[in-house]
Amino acid sequence: MQYETVIGLEVHVQLDINTKAFCGCSIEFGKPANTQVCPICLGLPGVLPVLNEKFLQYAMRAALALNCTVANFLKFDRKHYYYPDLPKNYQISQYDKPLAANGHLQIKIETGQKKIRILRVHMEEDAGKLIHTKDASLVDLNRTGTPLIEIVSQPDISSAAEAYTYLTRLKSILEYLEISDCDMEKGSLRCDANISLRPQGHTTLGTKAEVKNMNSFKGVRDALNYEIIRQEKTLREGGTIIQETRLWNEEKQKTFSMRSKEEAHDYRYIPDPDLVPFVIEKEAIEKARRELPELPQAKKERLIKDYSLSDYDAGILSADKQLAIYFEDAAQNYKQPKIICNWLMSDIMSYLNTNNIPIKKLKEVLPIDKLVAMLKLIDNNTISGKIAKQVLPEMLKTGKDTSVIIKEKNLSQITDAGVIESVINEVINENEKVVEEVKSGKDKALMFLVGQVMKKTRGKANPRMVNSLIKKKLEV
Amino acid sequence: MAINKDTIKYVAKLSRIELEESTLEDFTSQIGRILTYIEKLNQLDTENTVPTSHAVELKNVFRKDENTPSLENQAALSNAPEQENGHFKVPKII
Ligand SMILES: [Zn+2]
Repeated sequence: MQYETVIGLEVHVQLDINTKAFCGCSIEFGKPANTQVCPICLGLPGVLPVLNEKFLQYAMRAALALNCTVANFLKFDRKHYYYPDLPKNYQISQYDKPLAANGHLQIKIETGQKKIRILRVHMEEDAGKLIHTKDASLVDLNRTGTPLIEIVSQPDISSAAEAYTYLTRLKSILEYLEISDCDMEKGSLRCDANISLRPQGHTTLGTKAEVKNMNSFKGVRDALNYEIIRQEKTLREGGTIIQETRLWNEEKQKTFSMRSKEEAHDYRYIPDPDLVPFVIEKEAIEKARRELPELPQAKKERLIKDYSLSDYDAGILSADKQLAIYFEDAAQNYKQPKIICNWLMSDIMSYLNTNNIPIKKLKEVLPIDKLVAMLKLIDNNTISGKIAKQVLPEMLKTGKDTSVIIKEKNLSQITDAGVIESVINEVINENEKVVEEVKSGKDKALMFLVGQVMKKTRGKANPRMVNSLIKKKLEV
Repeated sequence: MAINKDTIKYVAKLSRIELEESTLEDFTSQIGRILTYIEKLNQLDTENTVPTSHAVELKNVFRKDENTPSLENQAALSNAPEQENGHFKVPKII
């Protein structure tokens, strides 16, 4: 029997605004413990939370970009549970009147496009942070009350790879919206996964496990791949899957049951009497929709249309907003977009990846005018493309101009026919047999001689000149 | 409305309250009576009443995304039975 995998993802996204959801404390990351707290987020008696208007605006932007229907009426509810990171003993969240529902996200899979439906997008506040020492737990409430949106997908995801693609796409959209830095390491994007297996073709869902504690997209993919194997093995051996929460252990590359002593959750949702309801007029929703920026898919289509890029190139460039902006800025100053694209996708990206430089820093390490200056030096034969490949990492590393580096390292292209001819003579004398082959019309042999000349000039000779001068000399 | 002892036990547990067996009996009958009293509301005809989620007739109350001063760390911790390095210290929970 074949099994198929059913995955639904719950993604929590911290919104990049100044203050908490219901009070004026800062949400800046990395401050000393319990210095960004006030009576409201500490849950002291008698205080009144008031909704941050930007929280709603940002959340609405996300919901619209995910093709959701934004509700006209929304309210906040209290979700009760006891845990030391939750000083009020309830979390302000949304239960039966969420901000938005019924959206979808398109992802690219091997066989084409796939639509992953979004069940709902709701607003809630974050809990605090716990640090566990040998004999105690320490509570930092700086994060308590941080504005989050929770994006819940339908169980439409069929593999760990699809889950990875979904997250990448979601992150890309959120970055285009400029509402979150989506940094999983800082906890501004968190993902929990519900995963179950069922016999291929069945329509009822199998028993699911909820997997938590992944701190990268790769972690999500690895955890899901592990779960698929674990659940399939259990089922094949005639066992049953227990509905439970499992924690991903990155180091051991395994999930472990979070055996909890606590009883089944009973959240006792009630409308929060401290917060009034919210009515969003249709016009406000339409206005927000009109003000959405160009999103990755639209950007991709436009890159193909405006710059004649391939679907593949445009897909990669548009996946990251900063990269797309960089490309378009460069294309304003250098009219061969395909060449810019090639440099970005090969040498520049590989340098950034190897050196762990985020794309948003690209403008700093390689200002556009420096890149353009380098491309022009290739065009006017000052350097060859090959030399440029050597110079570029140096430029990225030191911030120096191309012209400075080629001067320092004596890398200017040799375009003096006399100099090239003398090297050609050397090469011809050293390779009599190959010369005969060239004369008998073997292209490969000619390429070999060109290569030898390039080698002797350490790549500095103009390859086109070398080619034509050898041909002239050997009269072929 | 009749309410049984198990429900009271469960509610007490959810509220992290320990009840003696004897008080359990008292609470069961007292809370039962309170619920019976509140049940009177069910006699109202609410056929044409829109559900309310709030007692006050206000909506769309917002604040601007502007910082207001937070408490000093020691002020925030002033009610904490125990603290360590600026943190609230609680019994180990993992
Ligand atoms: Zn606060």
